[in-house]
Amino acid sequence: MVVVEDVRNKVLTIEEIEARLALLEGQLPRKLIEELLSELSKRKVTGKQLEEVIREILRRFRKALVDPGEAVGIVGAQSIGEPSTQMILRSFHFAGIRAFSMALSLPRLIEIVDARKKPSIPSMTVYLDEEHRYDLNKAREIAQQIQLTTIENVARSTEIDYVNFAIVIELDPEILRDRGLTVEDVKKALEKAKGRGGEVEVQGYTIIFRPAVTDLLKLRKIRDRILNLRLKGLKNVKKAIVRRDEKTGEYYIVTEGTNLAAVLTIPGVDSRRTLSNDIHEVAEVLGIEAARTVIIQEMQKVLEQQGLEVDVRHLMLVADIMTQTGRIRQIGRHGVAGEKPSVLARAAFEVTVHHLVNAAARGEFDELRGVTENVIVGNPIPVGTGLVELLMSHE
Amino acid sequence: MSQVVTPVAEVPLKKIKGIKFGILSPDIIRKMSVTQIVTADTYDEDGMPIRSGLMDRRLGSIEPGVRCETCGNTMAHCPGHFGHIELARPVIHVLFVKHIYNILRATCRECGRLLLPPEEIERYKRRLERLKKHWRLLAQKLCDQILKRASKVTVCPHCNAPQYKIKLEKPYTFYEEREGGALVRLYPTDIRSRLEKVPDDDLRLLGYDPEVARPEWMVLTVLPVPPTCVRPSITLESGIRSEDDLTHKLVDIIRTNQKLKENLESGAPQNIIDDLWSLLQYHIATYFDNELPGAPQAKHRSQRPLKTLAQRLKGKEGRFRGNLSGKRVDFSARTVISPDPNLSINEVGVPIDVAKILTVPERVTEYNIEELRELVIRGPDQYPGANYVIRPDGRRIDLRYVKDRHALAQQLGPGWIVERHLRDGDIVLFNRQPSLHRMSMMGHIVRVLPGRTFRLHLCVCPPYNADFDGDEMNLHVPQTEEARAEARLLCLVQEHILSPRYGGPIIGATQDYITGAYLLTRKDTLLTKEQVCKLLAAAKYVGDLPEPAFLKPKELWTGKQLVSLFLPKDIFFEMKAAVCNKCAECRKEDCPFDSYIKIVKGEMVCGVLDKNAIGAQKPENLLHRITLEYGTDVGRDFIDRVFRMFLRYLDYRGFTMGLDSLDVPSEAYEELKKLYDEAEAQIRKLIEEYRAGKLEALPGYTIEETLEARITEILEVVRTKATEMAGKYLDVFTSEAMIMAKSGARANILNIAQMCLCLGPQTVRGERIKRGYRNRTLPVFEPGDIGAAARGFVFSCLKKGLKPYEFFFHAASGRDGLVDTAVRTAQSGYMQRRLINALQDVYVAYDGTVRTSDGSIVQFRYGEDGTDPSRSYHGKSVDLNYVVSKVLG
Repeated sequence: MVVVEDVRNKVLTIEEIEARLALLEGQLPRKLIEELLSELSKRKVTGKQLEEVIREILRRFRKALVDPGEAVGIVGAQSIGEPSTQMILRSFHFAGIRAFSMALSLPRLIEIVDARKKPSIPSMTVYLDEEHRYDLNKAREIAQQIQLTTIENVARSTEIDYVNFAIVIELDPEILRDRGLTVEDVKKALEKAKGRGGEVEVQGYTIIFRPAVTDLLKLRKIRDRILNLRLKGLKNVKKAIVRRDEKTGEYYIVTEGTNLAAVLTIPGVDSRRTLSNDIHEVAEVLGIEAARTVIIQEMQKVLEQQGLEVDVRHLMLVADIMTQTGRIRQIGRHGVAGEKPSVLARAAFEVTVHHLVNAAARGEFDELRGVTENVIVGNPIPVGTGLVELLMSHE
Repeated sequence: MSQVVTPVAEVPLKKIKGIKFGILSPDIIRKMSVTQIVTADTYDEDGMPIRSGLMDRRLGSIEPGVRCETCGNTMAHCPGHFGHIELARPVIHVLFVKHIYNILRATCRECGRLLLPPEEIERYKRRLERLKKHWRLLAQKLCDQILKRASKVTVCPHCNAPQYKIKLEKPYTFYEEREGGALVRLYPTDIRSRLEKVPDDDLRLLGYDPEVARPEWMVLTVLPVPPTCVRPSITLESGIRSEDDLTHKLVDIIRTNQKLKENLESGAPQNIIDDLWSLLQYHIATYFDNELPGAPQAKHRSQRPLKTLAQRLKGKEGRFRGNLSGKRVDFSARTVISPDPNLSINEVGVPIDVAKILTVPERVTEYNIEELRELVIRGPDQYPGANYVIRPDGRRIDLRYVKDRHALAQQLGPGWIVERHLRDGDIVLFNRQPSLHRMSMMGHIVRVLPGRTFRLHLCVCPPYNADFDGDEMNLHVPQTEEARAEARLLCLVQEHILSPRYGGPIIGATQDYITGAYLLTRKDTLLTKEQVCKLLAAAKYVGDLPEPAFLKPKELWTGKQLVSLFLPKDIFFEMKAAVCNKCAECRKEDCPFDSYIKIVKGEMVCGVLDKNAIGAQKPENLLHRITLEYGTDVGRDFIDRVFRMFLRYLDYRGFTMGLDSLDVPSEAYEELKKLYDEAEAQIRKLIEEYRAGKLEALPGYTIEETLEARITEILEVVRTKATEMAGKYLDVFTSEAMIMAKSGARANILNIAQMCLCLGPQTVRGERIKRGYRNRTLPVFEPGDIGAAARGFVFSCLKKGLKPYEFFFHAASGRDGLVDTAVRTAQSGYMQRRLINALQDVYVAYDGTVRTSDGSIVQFRYGEDGTDPSRSYHGKSVDLNYVVSKVLG
């Protein structure tokens, strides 16, 4: 007996604690167990105390579980909708100078739940791998590879020589250097685009381009095309700026315009963390689960910036509903609400007559399983306490 | 409310299991009709309804006292009966035009078969059968695809007949485009005979259910006439009858139909018949929907467009959203609200006048019979009384008209129901619009009080978002035992102290409560025995006084001691107070400003209670800890009692903010002036640079934007510095304003700086004010002046007063804020409506999964760990740190 007492009062080693906590797997979320381990490893715990802690935690965890029937959908919708009335419509104008104006406000939130095809300000956050992460110059190099550079960007002036049917482009050496390009690069790009019979002549920083045309109108068109010729970078990415994370000290790149598929192929980019704020693009490139994460993150960003607190669980639920079918559905007429099985629920939302008429033609049957339908016919709603059905013998 | 409750045996009770939608066939229309309607007139000269007219008595009774000729019931019980109109020529049902168009295109004009080869039809049939079982949406998509494929076919694979292109001219005219582009009109008769030919099986492939919706029924030959109770006529005071819009429209239809019939019988020329036919079509189309694109609206004599069937259903006030999704209720009251700090947070003060009208049905038992008799005798006019008595046979007796209430009271026995007045202790639901979250409607316990307003505790203002500037609130009295039980157990205010939105208290101290708590728990607050007793009495404390903190020169207690009396005896708590100076290194317990709160074993060791510890909408605070650890009863009790003590202390101490609490020394103004002059000089320099073209643009900005950004930045610095100065020159010991700002009771230091130092930059649309006259905002400025003052920087402070132009800018900025709010409310309201609509059916099932109404799984475990946010500790399912520290000591 004495021995047993001893074990119970002995201070446990971390390994012993870990072994005991491993038994909790399945009863508690893994994250909670990990946190508990790190919390306990800081202190001295005896076996008796450990059991006490575990018992107490299990008790509290079970107490915190949701009740069956809880209308988590409505609670979630309210928890997002209610603070949105407190949002400031226009994002704050920041003192201090920002490279981008971020639409982080009610319009952006609406944009997300609407699942718009293109965000009003498309942007990517490009993280870098171990090698490039802590080096500003290396990070800049990658930013240069991402940012779209056209001839127009590097040209100081362009003129059309109507006499010789040529286009004279004068390059800006400073910008060239800034963008990591040489005259040679520009020449190469032009040669690729010159077509049959065209000529490219380089004189210092001036390039004379002679396409094989004799039509003035065509010449002008060619000039416009040439100015938009891609020298470097990715399509759609208008800007790429290197930023530094103050906490971790790493550099990352923020872009204006997105091209996720292309950016992930660039060496030096940490493809595991890099994301775009375009939900549809992410779903396309990385899959629906990634899109769900982006929906949650983007909503969190808005709420955080507005200083409003909303539990992630609500955001998760919205994201899950939006991505439940494997494609992104908007919250609204053409998505979740419009695809409900119940005719009455759809009719009560929007375009009432349209839904009723179609239901009649299709001979639809409303099973009255949702909330609105039952409110309409005057039955108790099948959530919360209305979910409970009691069977008892009729005697 | 004098309706007779029919005994249960008479009416078989049925539960609606589902609703099947379909189209009425001409046969059904005739069968359900009680009469054919042939006369366009409604009443004769004597005001009697004309037989076979639109107001035929057989269509149902709408006048009180008159029994229905069909069912023999009175107005209250007659459901109304349909009639019908035999149309002289068939007419297209406008709402189905799209469907008719689709079917015409997808089927053969000769043989009526679907325009796909037989083997393909077979294949699609099998696939559709499979999809229909589980994938409603996919089945629909497949039907759309079949339709699309079939509409492209030009030769019928069944009978080899060539197919022509069908053209639909909105709203309801069909043409067939023959060879050479000749358009041939398809009359409803042609269309109907084509639709008749389409076989049932082919229709199923197109997504139609031929059992209840044959396509030829979409072309009307018989029109149902709704019962009179659907379109009651109104008799005005002058005795003039005014008919419903639907009746007007039906009159038009019958008239045109009659005329068409006569012309057909007399063999009138084709063009006259066509004209009448299309007129009939128009009337019937607008009868269904009077907002058809492409057709003129049917109008009333007064040019007001008629409200026909579709308009009745549509929109916010339509049948669906207005009457079916939201219904009107009895047993409710609404009046202005006002505060009462002496109530419990669970209570609501109800005026006697309201309590005398709202009733609670109470079933007579042998235990309460004497009490209820007493109430019946007192009757409807004396408070506590009763308004109605319901006899066991369901008859309802209005006590207002009972001569001898004593006799009635004697008759009372088990099985009777007395509708007694609302009284103390009853549970009611209390609500304030907009009802944005579930805390907008909570259960309160009635306290009947004199006066004419609803009274509520100040701490429940945040969840309702209420104030007392004239707000009104609604009150509902639950009428069944189930409803009362739910209200008491689930809806009661104390069950909502913790919000599910962020897992923290939404009910808590605001304004004066915070000031009071701060002042009471401050280190320099020492109380005599008398004061202590008075304060504890306010909190209804029963028990011994604690040991005084000071014995000499006299017995003195600290505020912290008083608060400690109400804390649970084993609670631990630690946090930084709102008054914290945010030192670089926190000295915790040794904080020189007493702003580190520490509670050990229910004893306040140090720190002051302010917004961070007891404020509303602050997660992880003291209230949160108490409510979560010790239950909602303890949480409510703490708020009820301790908070009353805070207010009482504030009453004793006195708390007034005056002009002197904003007094700053004159050197502050000199310093500010210097600051402003410097800023102005900087701006001037920037503008000069800009004018000289020397200003360099920031990446991604134009030069003008750069200039604006830099100027804004400089001015922002002035404002920040002014705020810092306010913090420097004012402190919590001399300035009441500062007490409120620092403790978090009201306003912040920036607001104080705006009052006593400098109001700062004013903005419209998020930018400096730039609109007004050409090149200048106001005539007092030079044209082209884009300096600080000319673009809305207010150097003056509110205390000293604004210059006229500054006042103008301030007003402009204020108005902009109002506009902004209005726009925002509409936008976010719509977003919330859509969110609710998308998520309303989502619930947690008994197996822990999250499902929608059709049973499909959304999440396997709610929020990935199954935790209810309102029971979490700021999102965490268990507060590990607390548990571990508590167990390990």
